[in-house]
Amino acid sequence: MNAAQTPFEFFTVGYLTRISNVSANTLAELLSGLEQCSDASIFHHTFQTLGSHHFLTEGFSNDFAQWAFADMNRNDLAEQLSALDIRDYVSIAALRSDLCRITGEYCAANPALALQSALERFHFCESIEVSVPFGLTAATLDEFRHGIERLSHASFYFHFISSRLRLQLRTNDFSHWLVEGLGLETLAASINRIDVYTNTIDSARGKVLRLIDRERRKA
Amino acid sequence: MTEATVASRIPLEDYAALVGAGEIEELRALAKPLRGRSIEMINSTAVGGGVAEILNRLVPLAEELELKVKWDVMTGGEDFFEVTKAFHNALHGAPYHANPKHFEIFLAYNERNRARLPLDAEFMVIHDPQPAALINGRKKNGNHWAWRCHIDLSHPNRAVWEFLEQFVARYDASMFSSPEFARQLPIPQYLFYPAIDPLSEKNRELTPDFVASVLAHYGIDSRRPILTQISRFDRLKDPVGVIRAYRIVKRYFDCQLVLAGGSASDDPEGAVVLNEALHEADGDADIKILELPAWAPLEVNALQRASTVVIQKSLREGFGLTVSEALWKKKPMVASAVGGIPTQIIHKHTGLLAHSVEGTAYQIRFLLSHPEIAAKLGENGHHHVKENFLITQKLKRYLTLFLTLAHGSSPRS
Repeated sequence: MNAAQTPFEFFTVGYLTRISNVSANTLAELLSGLEQCSDASIFHHTFQTLGSHHFLTEGFSNDFAQWAFADMNRNDLAEQLSALDIRDYVSIAALRSDLCRITGEYCAANPALALQSALERFHFCESIEVSVPFGLTAATLDEFRHGIERLSHASFYFHFISSRLRLQLRTNDFSHWLVEGLGLETLAASINRIDVYTNTIDSARGKVLRLIDRERRKA
Repeated sequence: MTEATVASRIPLEDYAALVGAGEIEELRALAKPLRGRSIEMINSTAVGGGVAEILNRLVPLAEELELKVKWDVMTGGEDFFEVTKAFHNALHGAPYHANPKHFEIFLAYNERNRARLPLDAEFMVIHDPQPAALINGRKKNGNHWAWRCHIDLSHPNRAVWEFLEQFVARYDASMFSSPEFARQLPIPQYLFYPAIDPLSEKNRELTPDFVASVLAHYGIDSRRPILTQISRFDRLKDPVGVIRAYRIVKRYFDCQLVLAGGSASDDPEGAVVLNEALHEADGDADIKILELPAWAPLEVNALQRASTVVIQKSLREGFGLTVSEALWKKKPMVASAVGGIPTQIIHKHTGLLAHSVEGTAYQIRFLLSHPEIAAKLGENGHHHVKENFLITQKLKRYLTLFLTLAHGSSPRS
């Protein structure tokens, strides 16, 4: 079996949520918060929240969209915010820019609504990420499959989604290593196409494993 | 100060069947760099109350991960606990007239407890206001101090908070149950959700026979929809509002209402609220108002499991862990959007939020009319609790906190 020169190292990750002192009670305040909050805050309310709510496969995208929907009753704005796909972004700056643009345009078009009070305030928070080696490496596809099977939800999400920001590429740790380590470009591309918005982590993991099994049968 | 002994031990591996083996392996991986390092938890009571309950579960699990954990309980006289009770109520916004004598008593007992303990564990975790001034005993060995606040500080009495703040501001970190409960502080404030133990008597699986026996005991008909609110008899839980919502639902559905809470016999205010609820029920045979013994976790568990819809119509709430308990049991919920409830009930995803009696009734009718949506919300709610509000997640948060304090991590990105 083909073995990579540089093995894949599985990590596990813990997140702490840090409460910032910024909150919003109107859409105008949300826009101001989006412009001023830290990158860690944008990460928390988009990337991180999708991971911790992965089991919601219908209509949950990010905290900003959920707040616009549930606490501001602005379905139209919520729809636009939830349409942002974090897989399209390799930098927080670009994601922030789009969040601000959508919210800003909505406020400009609906100045009265921009000042309407929410049912509940939006509290900006930040993610503190701590990653440590899981104690598992893989040099072959078999070992890689075994590692993926054993990962926790947070670890799977860390490698599969938030890795995009780390790699600054439109791919994930798994696909990146499959190309770089084993030269399996087709498998890597298939894994990268799995939709994290309509899958739970368990169903996404199941798809990854099935794709790997199909590749192993070819060998 | 006395060292607390843990009441019962549940092996970490027993949780693997519920949360997945990967999650347990993850805890072991996160704990590895912390093995053998010392942690001291300090609170003000070894039994009774949510903090003692959670420490009873958390400490043995942390020990199993080879952390050197010690749990100490603060000692104090009646005068100290009278003062801290007054502080507690004042921090929740109750009227309080600042009394310098109170502050002296508070400091004197903190000083006495400080003198008895080395306070030299690498990670010191101080729970709630009572022992907050132990920070005065901080050594120069560079250990890390974290203050875990379990109460709602959103509208505190100014004098009491300003007194406490001088101590809290000297910690390395603070932890709150909800962003709404936090304050403007010069130290990092982290979100630490309360948690339920899925293997405790209140939450573990029950046999259908046991559930049926509890219903039979209380005269509840299992063939008709059961609406339930579990909470003490307190105006802030709005039992009268729940009955009014039930009456609206009753026009359309032949349902029953169960209001179950702890005994009100030793709580004068509770007895008044219980009487208000009985008066509002006006002898309706389909309203069961149950005064359960102080600890009837299996009965509460059975009533939640037997319910068609669980309600939490609080007017004010702390975190509201009864919501997590019901969601863990896959129950569709209708709850008020107050305190920590919206964190648990993500509207239209893990349950339905309401803001009035009429709104509560409408959402209940919606769930009774759409059992498939109710089942989906219950299923999502179960996963939400599994990901965020179980004791294993709480343990993970502590491990992450200790790693963060040890390495001085900066925020993501």
